[in-house]
Amino acid sequence: MEKSEIRRKSKKVISAIIRHGILASVAFTCIFPLIWMFSSSLKTQQSILTDMSLVPAHPQFSNFVTAWTEGNFGSYFLNSVIYTAGVVLGVLLIASLAAYAFARLQFPGKTFLFYMFLSTIMIPVPGAIVAIYVLIMKLGLVNTRLGYILPQINGSLAVALFILKPFFERIPVELEDAARIDGCGRIGIWWNVLIPLAKPALAVVALFTAITVWNEFILAQLILQDQSLMPLTKGLLTFWGGRLAQDHLLMAGATITVIPIILAYIILQKHIIAGATAGAVKG
Amino acid sequence: MNSIANGILTRLARFRASVLSNYLFILPALAMFLTFNVYPFYKVLNMSFFHWNGIDLGGGTFAGLANYKEALLEDHTWWYSIRNAAIITVLALTLQNFLALVLAWIVDRGIKGGQFYRSVFFLPPILSGVVVGLVWNWIFRGDAGLLNNVLDKLGMSGWAHAWFSDIRTALLSLAVVHMWKGFGWGFMILLAGLQGIPRELYEAARVDGANEFGIFWKITVPLMIPVFALVSVLTILGTMQLYDLVVVTTMGGPSGHTEVPMFTIIRELTENHRFGYAASLGVVFGFILVFVSLIQLQLAKRVKAE
Repeated sequence: MEKSEIRRKSKKVISAIIRHGILASVAFTCIFPLIWMFSSSLKTQQSILTDMSLVPAHPQFSNFVTAWTEGNFGSYFLNSVIYTAGVVLGVLLIASLAAYAFARLQFPGKTFLFYMFLSTIMIPVPGAIVAIYVLIMKLGLVNTRLGYILPQINGSLAVALFILKPFFERIPVELEDAARIDGCGRIGIWWNVLIPLAKPALAVVALFTAITVWNEFILAQLILQDQSLMPLTKGLLTFWGGRLAQDHLLMAGATITVIPIILAYIILQKHIIAGATAGAVKG
Repeated sequence: MNSIANGILTRLARFRASVLSNYLFILPALAMFLTFNVYPFYKVLNMSFFHWNGIDLGGGTFAGLANYKEALLEDHTWWYSIRNAAIITVLALTLQNFLALVLAWIVDRGIKGGQFYRSVFFLPPILSGVVVGLVWNWIFRGDAGLLNNVLDKLGMSGWAHAWFSDIRTALLSLAVVHMWKGFGWGFMILLAGLQGIPRELYEAARVDGANEFGIFWKITVPLMIPVFALVSVLTILGTMQLYDLVVVTTMGGPSGHTEVPMFTIIRELTENHRFGYAASLGVVFGFILVFVSLIQLQLAKRVKAE
């Protein structure tokens, strides 16, 4: 009796060790490359090729200053912020107006139009990038901020609608009545009632969009050739092939690129995971 | 009489005006949709029947099916790039999703620190592909790479080489990095699926004397088939359209061994200035993706029915 009890317990312990072992080793491989990146960013051009220690003896925090100024990462960073802010604001404004209409207002063709928007996230059109590039060319928007922002607003609209419309529908209609009695029109109700109540959903959309834009690369590759307009992703590539190309500074640039994402993730994880999975599950 | 008719008419007019103005709320979204979805869809089809260098004002010369003939029959690089992406996709569908399922299964059964693991596994998916590529480049490089250093320390220096520029390992190394970046997605969706399965089902089976493996096979797997299908389709679409990682690690090299479809399309566009041909590649590729996804969903439906 006691023996079988001990055996059962030890079996449980072994199984726990194996399970933790699997999870922990995978978790280690997830984090380690990032630590290695950061550690490399603190070495010198000489020591980076020979010093394989994780914590360099003389951490060169000045690498970040060099990357930020001479490496142009300050300017790339600012550009990334501008693009992210521009696209997020555009998506929030356009998608929340449309979501309000789809959730509350009546007009012919409503269902059809809604599914038409959603279809864009379910049907892959990899060739569209070719035509979007041609379109941006024809509009004279190659190498402009607007030419980089507009297609990305469209890119996130469908997912935003997909998240916002059901959220708006769940807000009780009675809450709008008070505003209506106060003489609010549709715009007033949208702005004064729905937008404040939909803040959690809007936050999810904003974060989802922000991460997508921050990491975007292929459009930047096509549309932005001017170094002063490049976001961090394209800036990294340019720096990599450029005159100042040095691995420790490259790793500093890479660290600068991921820090905002990691910080946001640590603080706002729940919203980010919610938005990302909604974006993935879509249909 | 007249006044009643007038009243109806003004009401009708008011109603019309308000319905029409309801459209104003979706107008910006609709304008975006028409400009960046409908027009490109039309334009890419249209362009694929022309030879155009992107500069000539007329939009080039009519090519008939010449672009498609080249894309489907003559361009071996193109099909090689599809083959490469397909290999990585098969690896991702099997290895990556298997790993994701095992991890999700363990976390779903309840384990200390499950929340922590969840957060960590989802970290690579939200990072920029460019950064991920650069960091792994740095780990895999031939001269001072971390991996070679570790192999050296383990007395396996014979294994050390330039992982991304050796023909034998380039594609596989690319696949490893891609799967590293992607498994967190599968993990998150599979975990959500697992957590949706009512616990009573497990308990009932346990009371009936089923072991863990039997429970997994008889209860979890059948209920998870729609989720498996979803993850598979997302894996296929995501992997086949791989681009960022390739640009920063191998650039399609050595000699085309890691060339992938999006890379070929963008090169035809930006370097060779063959806009019509790039468009036809895009159309062919789009058909392949839709076709494969439909097969995948159909298979899942059939398996579920049985």
